[in-house]
Amino acid sequence: MADKIYSTKLQDKIERSAILMLLFTMVAVSVGGLVEIVPLFTIDETMEHNANPEILWQRKEGDTLETWKAGDGIRPYTALELAGRDIYIREGCFLCHSQMIRPFRDEKERYGHYSLASESMYDHPFQWGSKRTGPDLARLGGKYSDEWQRQHLMAPRSVVPESVMPNYPWLAENQVDADGIEARMKVMQMMPGIGKVPYLDSDINGAAEKIRGKTEMDAMIAYLQVLGTMAKLDYSKTYRK
Amino acid sequence: MEAAEKYDFSAVRWFSIAAVVYLVVGTLVGFYIAAELAWPVLNLDLPYTTFGRLRPLHTNAVIFAFGGSTLMATAFYSVQRTCGTRIWSPGMAWFTFWGWNLIIVSAVITLPLGITQGKEYAELEWPIDLAIAVVWLSFFINFVMTLVNKKTSHIYVSNWFFLGMLVMITYLHVVNSLAIPVSLFKSYSLFSGVQDAMIQWWWGHNAVGFYLTAGFLGIMYYFVPKQANRPVYSYRLSVIHFWALMFGYVWLGAHHLQYTALPDWTGSLGAAVSLAMIIPSWGGAVNGMMTLSGAWDKLRDDYILRFLIVSLAFYAMSTFEGPVMSVKTVNALSHYTDWTIGHVHSGALGWVAMVAAGALYHLVEKLWNTKMYSPALVNLHFWLATIGAVVYITAMWVSGIMQGLMWRDYDEYGTLSYTFAESVAAMMPYYKMRAIGGLIYWLGGVVMLYNVVVTVATAKDRQA
Repeated sequence: MADKIYSTKLQDKIERSAILMLLFTMVAVSVGGLVEIVPLFTIDETMEHNANPEILWQRKEGDTLETWKAGDGIRPYTALELAGRDIYIREGCFLCHSQMIRPFRDEKERYGHYSLASESMYDHPFQWGSKRTGPDLARLGGKYSDEWQRQHLMAPRSVVPESVMPNYPWLAENQVDADGIEARMKVMQMMPGIGKVPYLDSDINGAAEKIRGKTEMDAMIAYLQVLGTMAKLDYSKTYRK
Repeated sequence: MEAAEKYDFSAVRWFSIAAVVYLVVGTLVGFYIAAELAWPVLNLDLPYTTFGRLRPLHTNAVIFAFGGSTLMATAFYSVQRTCGTRIWSPGMAWFTFWGWNLIIVSAVITLPLGITQGKEYAELEWPIDLAIAVVWLSFFINFVMTLVNKKTSHIYVSNWFFLGMLVMITYLHVVNSLAIPVSLFKSYSLFSGVQDAMIQWWWGHNAVGFYLTAGFLGIMYYFVPKQANRPVYSYRLSVIHFWALMFGYVWLGAHHLQYTALPDWTGSLGAAVSLAMIIPSWGGAVNGMMTLSGAWDKLRDDYILRFLIVSLAFYAMSTFEGPVMSVKTVNALSHYTDWTIGHVHSGALGWVAMVAAGALYHLVEKLWNTKMYSPALVNLHFWLATIGAVVYITAMWVSGIMQGLMWRDYDEYGTLSYTFAESVAAMMPYYKMRAIGGLIYWLGGVVMLYNVVVTVATAKDRQA
């Protein structure tokens, strides 16, 4: 009975050999990922700034992260914003808040211009999220005052009664990790290929002193207030086909 | 030769008990965070107990602790039985057991502390990721070497699926976890933005597709025929099912990123293959269910078999729902809503945990050479699990679709009808209902744990 072939010769051969089955499986499961992932690194149209260079910050000699103004273009995060972003990740904010506006009329009215791939090009890891238990935050920056953000993070239901968000009182008590920030920025600078974050050494040196004494609340608010404000997007333009 | 001498099931026993314990723990954390959404005061104003930190603990506990222990128990058991040979290295199986549990303990410590890589279902930081790679490979090598040593002419179908899972999870874990460490507890993903998103969902969907589907189909292909005492319905269907699933599932991740900044071609490709996946998925479900053809009467008094067959009904349902949700027009409504959560749980509570419960009950009876202490309690567990799952899923369908419709609703003046906050308020009854569904499901797990513990403790006196 063991000699009878119930399917094709090849299938029978594979079923008789653990190594053959391993090899065929290794090939079968690798195709889809390669086809969908590799081109994202090589096709220029994936990143909108290749066709629209003005959405990136065109940094000139002597410009610093501090002289940049909202709308000047997408840039790496300042030390304080990066510290805030790390807290955003630590607290798992992305589990309830997306940062990815889709190109629909209602999302445009509720949140603003649809998100571009280039806008998160310096985000290691990406924070697009997959769930909106709370609203999208991709263009939160500038919508509310710092004072509102502080009150909301301390006690969300004191400003939005329907909210189910936890209170974050410890953010106001904890100091940011100033000593670790330069190492974090250096790692960002070290990223290979298109994920490289173009910090200058002058952005990194002295970053610790710039944020020393700030609270985690200050850092979080700095991050929330820059979200979506970097590039000035033109509603008459089609960034994505 | 006696089975006890021919095989080595020592680590399998411990994996089985661990799986039942983690089922109870993982669903308890799930119930708690569900309750946090219904009653936010339960966040306790402490960093360690907020939804944002406990949610990864819930997903890691159910997927990797419960799911992992179940897969390791069933794979190490069935590979020996179907190959007619002893496990290649019993010592290495013990290494896998202790290593995996050490990883689970480190997850329980680090996740509430906020130590995370910030990628869904891949939160654990780089030192733990390295440990996962080593322990996973020990599972992989031991499994493949046991296959190599087989005494049978052919490799049985359950092992194909386990093998597919072992290969794909290795690829996924290695690539998606690539990161540059800053310190012992902090690293940044090697990828950023859109590329990171695609790689993350390639991982995210295939953790579902290979870990929770292919692996658990391996369980189905061994334990359903065993418990029903009938051969698999169709050999040809299983060949098609296997290769179509291996080749096709990998493409689906992109459907999580419809209408995002991911290029349109990638999302559309993902959705197209997703639709095609209905065929192999239903092929598998039919193959499992039809194994009972001519023996349907067994469902009347074999409660273990009930778990296995109802799990296949849930599997068929959620593998129909998934492709539908990947279609762009449906996804535009369902994405970002509770519908996604409902879909995941129809797969997790209905398929994964039900087929696992059936397999674990079967295993306990075989490993301790006895019958379950109380078949009535198995039946009670079955009903608690079924009712809990249905309550949970229904609540999330209603809340998800309602959310999606409220967000896009316009009044007669052409302005948005609802603020976001109003949509949150509208969710409250469903968040409460979901928490109750989760609680019922958890109670079923407690019943199972009690039944299993008593069965094992009294097994010597009640030898079958």
